[in-house]
Amino acid sequence: MDGLIDNLAHGFSIAVSLNNLGLCFIGVVVGTLVGILPGVGPIATIAMLLPLTFNFDPTGALIMLAGIYYGAQYGGSTTAILINIPGEATSVVTVLDGHQMARQGRAGVALGTAALVSFFAGTVSTIVVAALGVPLTKLALLFGPAEYFALMVLGLSFAVVLAQGSLLKAAAMIFLGILLASIGTDLETGEERLTFGFSELADGIDFVVLAMGMFGFAEILRNLENPESRDLVSAKIGRLLPNREDVKASIMPMIRGTGLGAILGILPGNGAVLGPFASYATEKKLAKDPSRFGKGAIEGVAGPEAANNAGAQTAFIPLLTLGIPPNAVMALMVGAMTIHGIIPGPQVMTKSPDLFWGMVASMWIGNAFLLIINLPLIGIWVKLLNVPYRLMFSAILLFCSIGIYSINNDASDVLLTALFGLAGYVFIKFGFEPAPLLLGFVLGRLMEEKLRQALIISRGDFMTFVNNPVSAVLLVISVGIIILAVLPSIRAKKAIALAGTDP
Amino acid sequence: MFAKFLKTFALMGAAVALTSGLAQAQNYPARPITVIVPFAAGGPTDVIARIVSEHMGKVLGQQLIVENVVGAGGTTGITKAFQASPDGYTIMMGHMGTHGAAPALYANLKYKPASDFEPIGMAAGTPILVVARKDYPAKDLKEFVAKLKADGDKLNEGQAGVGSVSFTTCVMFNVLAGAKPTRVPYSGTGPVINDMLAGKIDYACDQIVSVASQIQGGAIKAYAIATDKRSPALPDVPTSAEAGLPEFKVSAWNAMFAPKGTPKDVVAKLNDALNKALSDAATRKRLEDLGGVIPPEGAERTGAWLGDFVTAEVKKWGEIIKAGGVVPQQ
Repeated sequence: MDGLIDNLAHGFSIAVSLNNLGLCFIGVVVGTLVGILPGVGPIATIAMLLPLTFNFDPTGALIMLAGIYYGAQYGGSTTAILINIPGEATSVVTVLDGHQMARQGRAGVALGTAALVSFFAGTVSTIVVAALGVPLTKLALLFGPAEYFALMVLGLSFAVVLAQGSLLKAAAMIFLGILLASIGTDLETGEERLTFGFSELADGIDFVVLAMGMFGFAEILRNLENPESRDLVSAKIGRLLPNREDVKASIMPMIRGTGLGAILGILPGNGAVLGPFASYATEKKLAKDPSRFGKGAIEGVAGPEAANNAGAQTAFIPLLTLGIPPNAVMALMVGAMTIHGIIPGPQVMTKSPDLFWGMVASMWIGNAFLLIINLPLIGIWVKLLNVPYRLMFSAILLFCSIGIYSINNDASDVLLTALFGLAGYVFIKFGFEPAPLLLGFVLGRLMEEKLRQALIISRGDFMTFVNNPVSAVLLVISVGIIILAVLPSIRAKKAIALAGTDP
Repeated sequence: MFAKFLKTFALMGAAVALTSGLAQAQNYPARPITVIVPFAAGGPTDVIARIVSEHMGKVLGQQLIVENVVGAGGTTGITKAFQASPDGYTIMMGHMGTHGAAPALYANLKYKPASDFEPIGMAAGTPILVVARKDYPAKDLKEFVAKLKADGDKLNEGQAGVGSVSFTTCVMFNVLAGAKPTRVPYSGTGPVINDMLAGKIDYACDQIVSVASQIQGGAIKAYAIATDKRSPALPDVPTSAEAGLPEFKVSAWNAMFAPKGTPKDVVAKLNDALNKALSDAATRKRLEDLGGVIPPEGAERTGAWLGDFVTAEVKKWGEIIKAGGVVPQQ
């Protein structure tokens, strides 16, 4: 433990140098901005800023780039809450209750809660990275293809809990999501699947394209129906900060969300995306009145937001201790490290302690900056809702389109988003929710990949999922969740049927 | 009417292109140059492109902007660059895959690596290593090859999908070693190494930058490096010749090309800027830190040499991929 305190002290001594503090600040400000602009994500931003860091020392450069990454997570929540657009897979869940809160005039409370729980989660997970980074690496190694597949199945079973309306419709949307995820080049043979000859689809559909279309564009279309009762803006702005009751309701979800997010963030292959979904499902199950969820429950913001931020931080563990990037942003960080002559891997901690501990310490400082920057801004963001929506929506559409184009410098992505917008609008009209579709989409690709790897390694033997303790337990839990969710509706149907036969 | 309009328009376009082509001779570059990198930001090719582009920009007095266009083993980006106007403002970082193995892997490839480009020059290659899980019971490459021959498909080889460096170079290794392992596809080499650390994948072929730290830390072991000389980063890893498989020599090379028809003097200016970058001490150090091998000054730095090299690579990979039994994709 002494070693840990020494190391952290060393890290802070590096992170508080004027230079590094400045870079950390720039990083989180830029991150917040790109997070808020719908569609512009941290990947494009970090890629663009990479050349600028050439003349920095590596520690400063990475502190800034990391700041952009978790700053964007903060900013992404703002967009999700205010205008119902999840910029990233991790903020899909925030949309569900966060935007409802905004509609009820509680946008300030939602944003304040998001900022405060994110700071808490950031603080805790910084300590987790520092103290448990190395031992937790072993957990990541426990997860091979079979275990990972089982985890994805568990993730999909959350969707059942996520659903607000009909279970059948939710299931249909999950499968549609998985189907959409299977578009693109087959991993094993390189053959194109479901692309109908469009080379633009050869690499599959980008998450942002689907999310912007299904949530952003569709939401705008829906609002055009009756301009008078604009949903986006509520006349009264309400309080800007959570009150005592809100805090009380948020504390436990925040702690649970932090734990779930931190653990899932460590897993390879972007486990962090599961964090907010898992947290939301947990809170809904534990709630006395689950029906409040989807209608502006503060727990539905506090838990997932904590999970999202904790996961963003602990995702650095596999990068820093194994040299293996768990997601696309981290892959970019690998590039940033190699450009500066540091080969990521188990050696970083011993060979470049300044970099490792400086970065860990800067995460906490960056989170403190984010809180300081974001709390006063809440008032401004909320006022933004009063901008007339003929201006607001055109601006959103413009920024979305720029953001989507910037992902792959490809105009066909923008068209595709518009198509998904239309589809999303139709889905809303028929009572199909987009959140389960996005969950299916996010997990589908990974699930297929891991299923195939597991089966290739086991030479086609499905028992590999059962013989393996970790995956067996995860599968049993998933089955349990599904049964628990489906039973009440079956009983209800039986009751109705009986009532029908016996007048 | 419309056709006529189109024709006039095309003629006008051609006229503009011609005059701007003439003007270019003296003024090039008058604006920033786009470098299309056909792989994701952060990968080895991208990092090499960014390092050399930075210094080339200083030499040319205009910024070089890296644009990542990913997909289909890099061929999506190269196809886009190949269709760009040949004015020197769009160039590309080609690669062992896109300008070597691609014709044998993709039946519908829209470009011909050897004849559809103006080669600018070789940038840097990264050596390939054969790595295995640390507890694999073979102490050197000879024992490992013997095991591979005997155990055949009992071994799991991890690779990052059709067209990736790990896929293609391991086809070569397997052909030379006479091995037919079970090939497990992943969506990148990161997860391959992860599963190798966990003992689920037996071996893989990968670029030095992705595995050096793991090998130094003893988390995985390396049987050979497929170069003439040992790498200063990994002095204990024998070359493939030392380890007994001298034919296994391969590098994931990265070289710059311009679309066909780019004026000769523009290509010459770009070649000069690239070579100045490769001779710059700071740029060299950056490339060498990540295990990059820079072509020596002289013939190997010319565009003509690169042109011949690409022709030879296309032929070589065509034979290897056929021998490996990989069916080209439609």
